[in-house]
Amino acid sequence: MTIKIAVIQFPGANCDLDAVHVLNDVIGVETSLVWHNHFKEANFDGVVLPGGFSFGDYLRAGIIAAHSPALDEARIMLKDGRPIIGICNGFQILVEAEFLPGALLQNETLRFVCKWVNIKVINNRTAFTHKMNKDDVLAIPIAHGEGRYYTDNLKELEENDQIVFKYSTEDGIFTSEANPNGSLENIAGICNIEQTCLGLMPHPERASESILSPKQTIHGRIFFESMIEFIKRRLT
Amino acid sequence: MAQTEYIIEISLENKPAARDPVAETIKRDLLAKKGYDKVSKVRSGQYLRINLLAESEENAKEIVTKMCNDLRIFNPVTQNLNIISVKKL
Repeated sequence: MTIKIAVIQFPGANCDLDAVHVLNDVIGVETSLVWHNHFKEANFDGVVLPGGFSFGDYLRAGIIAAHSPALDEARIMLKDGRPIIGICNGFQILVEAEFLPGALLQNETLRFVCKWVNIKVINNRTAFTHKMNKDDVLAIPIAHGEGRYYTDNLKELEENDQIVFKYSTEDGIFTSEANPNGSLENIAGICNIEQTCLGLMPHPERASESILSPKQTIHGRIFFESMIEFIKRRLT
Repeated sequence: MAQTEYIIEISLENKPAARDPVAETIKRDLLAKKGYDKVSKVRSGQYLRINLLAESEENAKEIVTKMCNDLRIFNPVTQNLNIISVKKL
C-alpha cells in the first residue's frame, strides 16, 4: 500500500514546494506537485491546497482558483472522505469553493501580517488533528493579508464542532492581542462537518523542522502525521 | 430577437454586519481629520463595468445577476450585489 498525496499548484502559488518538501522529505510519504488543470483525484489519497496568491488574488483571494477543474476533482475526494487541507490561500480557496463555510476578509489592521503565532487546539478529532491533544497550544507562523475569518452562522459552527483552532496566548488564553487579524472568536482554522477537510491560515509546512522554528518546535509535523495515519486507517 | 450592447455597472458592497476597516479608516483617519466631520458613514466595495449583448435592459440585468450568483462574483456571506446602472452603448 503506497500512500500518495497531491499538492495542487495554481498560478501564483508560492508555498507549494514547501508542502511537497515536508511531505516527501520530512514525513516520508510519496507526494507530487500537480498543475491544477492536470489534477485527477483517482491517483491520490489526500490533497493539499497550498498557500500563495493564486491568480494574483484577483477579484477576491481564492475565488478564481475555486472555479479550477482541480476543485471539481477535490469535491469527489471530499464526498468520499479523503483528507483535504487548505493552508492560507488554500483555506481561502476552500471557503470560496464552499467546501467550508464563511469568508476570509481583509485583516482588521489592513496590514499584511507575517509572524509566529500560537493556536489552541479546539477539536482534536479531525483527520489532521487526531494526534494532538485538545487544548494543546501550537506555535505556527502566519503570513497573510486576508485572514479575518467571518461567518454569519457561528452557532452552527460551534454546534457541529467545526472550529478546529483559535489564536491564543502561549498560555492558551483567547485575547484580542493574540488575534492577529480580527477573526471572529479568534478563529484560525475550521473543518467540514465530517472532519475530513481542514482550512487554516497558519502554515504547518513552515513549522515542521526545528531549524526553521524560533523555539525549535515542530508542531506543524503533527498535521501531516495525523493526515497519513488517517489515510492508513481509512485504507485498512 | 435582436441583441444590443449594454453597459452594466455593478458594485459589490460589504454587508453591514461584517466590519469594513477600509471604510472605517477613510472616515476616521482621513475625512474626519481633515475637517469633513459631517460625513456620517462610509462603506467600501468593488466596482465592475461589464459590456454585454442582451435583448433588453431587463435581460441584461438578468444575465449579470445570474452570472454573479452562479460564479460567486460576490461572496454572499459578506457582500451584497448592487446594480448601479444599465445603459445602451
